[in-house]
Amino acid sequence: MSFLSGLLRFRTPAGVPCQQVVEMVTDYVEGVMPTVERRRLEHHLTGCAHCTEYLAQIRETIRLAGRVSPEDLTPGMRAELTDLYRRWRTEG
Amino acid sequence: MDADTALLARLRDGDEQAFTELVGRYHSPMLRLALSFVSSQAVAEEVVQDTWLAMLRGLDRFEERSSLRTWLFTILVNRARSTGVREARTVPVADAGPVVDASRFGPNGAWAVPPAHWAEEAENRIDAVKLSGLLRGGLDGLPGRQREVVVLRDVEGMSSAEVCQVLAISEANQRVLLHRGRSKLRQVLESELGGRPR
Repeated sequence: MSFLSGLLRFRTPAGVPCQQVVEMVTDYVEGVMPTVERRRLEHHLTGCAHCTEYLAQIRETIRLAGRVSPEDLTPGMRAELTDLYRRWRTEG
Repeated sequence: MDADTALLARLRDGDEQAFTELVGRYHSPMLRLALSFVSSQAVAEEVVQDTWLAMLRGLDRFEERSSLRTWLFTILVNRARSTGVREARTVPVADAGPVVDASRFGPNGAWAVPPAHWAEEAENRIDAVKLSGLLRGGLDGLPGRQREVVVLRDVEGMSSAEVCQVLAISEANQRVLLHRGRSKLRQVLESELGGRPR
């Protein structure tokens, strides 16, 4: 290990602290991060299993939210809306 | 032609079934969204019903410059907002502060209490009904603005541009709300799944 890389080991990967990474994940996931920042973040991720897990959890949260299905409409609500439609049809 | 465009054409032809299908698709997400503006389920239901009627009455004038869904949700948000204002309900301001508690990091900003591993295991470790309830509860617990954005983006699957149009907010604002909302939803899952260390 060279002196320089030895020194770098004492810093958080790529100089981005994990605490900052968790604030950057949305910009990253949304694809709106400037290239330089994105590279710094990705560099950090390659060396940090915890932030990698955190990012994976955010992605999983998004995926699972997408599977929340709307609550079923009650028959009463459906009937009410059908009435509303029929009233509108006769409005002329 | 996407499903909504086809429905729009049928609606304009006076097809009642098309209306029923549209209701089945959007009534519940609209209700959930309305609830973040007004104070009660009853008022939210009224707002959604008004929205359906406004949509039907506006069918002839709708120029399709946006999708049917964007148009529908925009009508809803406008009505819900004005109702919310009439009710003098205070809109919760966006909370500040870090999305992960500062106590979980050491003085150099590295994880001191790192996240436990569960990212690929959520569905194996919690049954579907409980998971769904957990996420619904988490969404309902978000401050209004964050809930609006997360519901539209992640539950409804709208694009950020669509969400900005519907809620009349900027892209940057949308992202801040999304960031806070998603982070809180992750925390809800973590509180259920995160206990077991790797």
